This record gives sequence, structure tokens and C-alpha cells, in this order.
Amino acid sequence: MESITLAVNGTERNLEVEPRTLLVHALRDELRLTGTNIGCDSSSCGACTVLVDGQSAKSCTMFAVQADGADITTIEGVADSDGAMHPMQQAFHEHHALQCGYCTPGMVMAAISLVEEYPDLDDQGVRHGLEGNLCRCTGYQNIVNAVLAVAGSGSAGPERSES
Amino acid sequence: MIPASFDYEVAESAEHAIALLTEHGDEAKLLAGGHSLIPMMRFRLATPTVLVDVGRLDDLRYINADNGTISIGALTRHSELEHSQLLAQSCPMMASVAALVGDPAVRHRGTLGGTLAHSDPASDLPAAVLALGGTIVARGPGGDREIAATDFFTGYFESALADDEMIVEVRVPAGDAGWNYQKFNRRAQDWAIVGVAVADAGAGVSLVNMGSTPLRASAVEAAVASGASAADAAAVAAEGLQPPSDLNADADYRRHLARVFTQRALNAAGVA
Repeated sequence: MESITLAVNGTERNLEVEPRTLLVHALRDELRLTGTNIGCDSSSCGACTVLVDGQSAKSCTMFAVQADGADITTIEGVADSDGAMHPMQQAFHEHHALQCGYCTPGMVMAAISLVEEYPDLDDQGVRHGLEGNLCRCTGYQNIVNAVLAVAGSGSAGPERSES
Repeated sequence: MIPASFDYEVAESAEHAIALLTEHGDEAKLLAGGHSLIPMMRFRLATPTVLVDVGRLDDLRYINADNGTISIGALTRHSELEHSQLLAQSCPMMASVAALVGDPAVRHRGTLGGTLAHSDPASDLPAAVLALGGTIVARGPGGDREIAATDFFTGYFESALADDEMIVEVRVPAGDAGWNYQKFNRRAQDWAIVGVAVADAGAGVSLVNMGSTPLRASAVEAAVASGASAADAAAVAAEGLQPPSDLNADADYRRHLARVFTQRALNAAGVA
């Protein structure tokens, strides 16, 4: 077993984990933060997206030991302490950017990271930027609308080949 | 989907990592960003008994330019390549190809050294380093050695790295002369079904997922060098190659794609 310390949503948490424990399992099973979902379990769907030191990461593709000493933000940690929703959560609410809601925690975390990383997102930039987060209700249009409402609309985004 | 058990060691330096590799032999694997290795471990396709975590070696995260050569530390993440102002000016192909790897969350974790050491023929950045005529610096118990990218990829997921070596640096020539990267896939975020990298106005051309390793398309390069048109040069893109067949494309379709995208890449790189 390894002893690790994670700063999860601003609170220092000490854990004893097997090296093979994935970050998502440490968050869900040890810390009982079950807002982070497990979807595909194979790095594809993004349901398990959290922020590691402020950047989106798929918590099913990190060992908890790799996060030792890191700041972790999960969906439970984005609202204000008084309960006011994060602007991205508010935008998802206002634009009805969810149907079943399973992908939503990962979508919101990925979107928070995306607008930080690419300040001038446009429609295509949001679509490409969220390509690692799958919504099987196919509710993408309203998700894109919600993210654009937070990002404003500009021109840049992740670059794409033209093929 | 839980990986097999392993012992975990944190490397304090590249030398420490090499000492651990030497101690544990081929039972040990280096862990950098983990975005190739961890999925393989979860599928039990890889079952190393010791993981040596080099992900904290921040002194191997850098991008420098000196005398026409760009030196990139092995632990530099894809997102750092993507957003590098230095690369945007001095080797835009590396930044542009890095921006096409996976999705943003993958690019936050994946490293250049990791993707090269993994030697997946379907990966993007190995093809870029190959087309650019890059050099891989490997450190082992006896010190550093330079391996030309053309000699580095030896087989399916196999490289010229010895069991006790790690990549510490990748060097590519500076320059923004006629380059392009074409990545064909059917679903966002997927690996390339076929990809083509063109550097230096067609002097360097490489192919993704057209064989067991990233490949230099030497027939295309020779045709461009002798003054052939992009269409004529692209016509020989698949010559002599044995690309894989899978659910996405059979070998003949891959050969067709290689010709089509080689022509597009050459055109975009300024070869008429």
C-alpha cells in the first residue's frame, strides 16, 4: 500500500491505496465522491473527467499514486460554498444541456477546463474540444450552446486537420 | 478492467529511473503520462510487475531552440507542445500535430517521450518526428546515445530502446518550410486510420498506420526529389507496404487512403 495526499476540492485527504488503484476508484470508493461517473472504463467517454492541478484529466486513466500531492477538483467542488452553481453548471441548467445526466459531471469538468485553455472558442472549437466526452442521449447541441454561453464566441479552438 | 498488481517506484531523476530499470530488468516499465500504458494494463495486455514513475521529472519538461535545432524534454506534455510559442514560430508542425492527439484531457497527460517509446504505428507524433528527420536521445547506464528517428521504430510497439534505457530528449530541426499533416479517421478522438506527415516541402514524408511501425515513405520522397508532381509522387505512397486490415479499413482501402492523403498533404505543403 502507498500513502498519498490529495487536495480534493480544497480539503487535504490522506489515503492508503494499492498502486493499481485508479484515481476514479479512490475518489468514488474511498472518498465517497460519487459525482464522478465511470462510463466506458477505457479512456474514451470522459464521464470520469476531473481537474488535476486545474486541467481536465480522465480519472480512469490515472493511478491515484500519480496524483499524490496534486489538487483535484471534482463536480462536487465547483459550486460556491453557499451553494450557488458554477457558471458552467448554471449554463448547462439554462440551456437544458443534459438529458439523462450521466455524462454531465464529466462534461462540466471538461468544459470548465476547455474555456480556460482556449479563451476564444467558437462552435467548432467547442465541438472538437469536447470530443473526448460522449453523450449517448446525443444532446450535443445544447451542450455546445451552454459552453459557448460561458466562453463567449470568438474564433480559436483546438486545431483540426482539414480532412 | 482493474490492472494486475505491481510495485510502484517514484524516480527522483533520470539516473534513478535507469538504476531501477537495471535492477528490475524487463519486468519493469516506465510510467510517464500513462495514456498508452494504463489502458493496456487495464486490458491486461501489459502486466509489468514494477512501474517506475518518471512523471515527476519536471527537469525533463522543456522546449529549447539552439542553432537551428529544437530540443524537447521527454516529459513534455502534448498540450505544452500544442501551446508552445517557440514551436509555433520555429517548428509549427510539432505544435500542430500535437493538437490533433486524442482530446484535451489526453493531451494534458500524454508525453512526447511516452508516445515515442510506445511506438504505436497509429500515433501522430512519432510520424511527425520521423518526417522531420528527428533524433531521439536515450539515456542508459553507460550514458546518452542518439538514435535517428529512422532507426528508432523496429516493430509493432517495439523500439530500439534497451530495457534499461529511457528517452530523455527529442530533437527536431527548426523550420517551417512546406509542411502538412493529414489525419483520417471516422470518429472524433480516434487514432488515425491512415495519416500522412510531410515536412520540408516533401523532403520528409511519413505514414501513420500503414505497417507495423511509423514509416518513412521513401518512394514518395525520392519522387519529390526528382521533380515529380504531387500526384505522381503520391501514386507510389503505398508501394511495397503491407498495411493492416481491421474493422475500419482493409489493406487495399488503406493503400488508397495513403495515396489520396499523401497528395493532399504534398499539395498543402506547397508541392504542385
